[in-house]
Amino acid sequence: MSTTILTFAETRGGALRRPSIEAVSEARRLADGASGRVVAVLVGEANGEAAKTLGAHGADKVISFSGPGFAAYSSESWGRAMAKAVEMESPDAVFIAYTAMGKDLAPRVAFLTGSGLVSDCSGFETEGDRLVARRAQYAGKMISTFSWTTKVQIATLRPNVFALTVPAERACEVVAAEADGTARARVREFKAKDSGKKELAEAKIIVSGGRGVKAAEHYKLIEELGDAMGAALGASRAIVDDGWVSHSFQVGQTGKTVSPTLYIACGISGAIQHLAGMSSSRVIVAINKDPEAPIFKVANYGIVGDLFEVLPALTAEAKAHFQSRT
Amino acid sequence: MKIIVCVKVVPDTASRLKVADDGRQIVQTDLTWILSPYDEFAIEEGLKLREKHTGEVILVSLGPERVVAGLRNGLAMGADSAHQIWDPSFENLDAAGRATVLAAAVKHLGGADVILCGHQGVGEDDSQTAGLLAGALDLPLVSMAIKLDIEGTAAVVEREVEGGIEVWDATLPAVITTQKGLNTPRYAGLKGIMAAKKKPMGVLDAATLGVAADAVAKKTERRTMAPPADRPPVTLIAGDPATQAKELIRLLHEEAKVI
Repeated sequence: MSTTILTFAETRGGALRRPSIEAVSEARRLADGASGRVVAVLVGEANGEAAKTLGAHGADKVISFSGPGFAAYSSESWGRAMAKAVEMESPDAVFIAYTAMGKDLAPRVAFLTGSGLVSDCSGFETEGDRLVARRAQYAGKMISTFSWTTKVQIATLRPNVFALTVPAERACEVVAAEADGTARARVREFKAKDSGKKELAEAKIIVSGGRGVKAAEHYKLIEELGDAMGAALGASRAIVDDGWVSHSFQVGQTGKTVSPTLYIACGISGAIQHLAGMSSSRVIVAINKDPEAPIFKVANYGIVGDLFEVLPALTAEAKAHFQSRT
Repeated sequence: MKIIVCVKVVPDTASRLKVADDGRQIVQTDLTWILSPYDEFAIEEGLKLREKHTGEVILVSLGPERVVAGLRNGLAMGADSAHQIWDPSFENLDAAGRATVLAAAVKHLGGADVILCGHQGVGEDDSQTAGLLAGALDLPLVSMAIKLDIEGTAAVVEREVEGGIEVWDATLPAVITTQKGLNTPRYAGLKGIMAAKKKPMGVLDAATLGVAADAVAKKTERRTMAPPADRPPVTLIAGDPATQAKELIRLLHEEAKVI
């Protein structure tokens, strides 16, 4: 029995975004086990590389919706495009990356197609020709598995969890399709953040600071280590609420959920609300002066010590390490 | 301006959770229930809109008896009225079912200019009920707002996305979801708490809303739930800071292979 998985390909400024390449990669792995096919849906103005990249990572076909109605994102118009693609391909599953856009779009697609949606999935198993999804709930204190009762199984996929397939030459046809592009709410303008700052939700390495930093001006210790490691910067809720850094840095409940390869928590005690946002990181390092801090329960490596001594030493070591490798 | 705020009552994140005997859900007794933190931003924004534009703020919450305290809390913050939405047939709905019921409630209440929801209910963390609700009401959606300005029927909304901020134009009526950064929710003072006791609170059941049981049949089903496997015990690195730093970098490179 052949399976078809549809994936949504998100672009920004015409460029394909990595979480969408992860989604197409996971779709390819599952389809390969079911002699299936993968169809990616590209909505809006994408550059020439986007369809090629989707093909190289696993798409057999790309359906493209473009034109004036699709110049700026809206869940209404994008949702109709996705629903149209579902009608064209009658897929078994639809994968959408759990990004800001994906969170906004997926429910609309679920509604328009009358399908079930499982959010923030971090793994899939197959059961015959059906999927079983795995995801964290309750601040990571529970891991749940879900199945769907609807024919089309829609899932959003947590970024940074699914590995990319090795790019390969693959026949990938690109077809254009049309949908109603009208919308009553849409993006007017995108204000890019300081380009020197790495995006938290998609970073491989994150260095994060908490109350142990003691004062706003000492957050530079976190920045220096982050710079040395090419990391994105994070923060606990406590120092965001104190106004030391902006809310866009906050990791955890009411902030961001991250799954980097390496998470370095500096002076963060590890309240459950913080763990909720980072406990699925692959390797966790905790640096804290309190040996009883709960962060050590989730950490792989720990240093009990004074941040003001450990961080400068670590920054120097990290610089030496990364310089020797370039 | 008529504003409906949909709120959810959830277990306090700090609660100790136990898996029920069926292995598919948490034990719901002996928990402290709170308003989902994202919903406090929604209530606050509703109150700010009312202060600026006049009008009314109506709270709705789907759930059993425990949601009443959450609604009273919202009334104490300053909302005008509240409706508990409950019926035995609403037990254990998935997000699609919840959205169907909420859409019926919004219609029953005659619709609104702005429907505010926290962008996700803490705990289940589905982050989809508001989007499904917008679909069911055939309304536009702007999610995860950190800034909201309304003039007439035009809303300008900012939301944070990866790499920057999007500025949206939306036409009301619309569903707008809220997150931290939008505002600072007020505390309910003693006066507010006293006033809340006299504010109207009704119950909307399935018959009133005209929601048949098959309209809320599950589209997704949780099969299992269990605490995650324990992470391996921490390797503590001893020595003076310079030694600790050197050893940590070595372990990350040679053992964990992450740098």
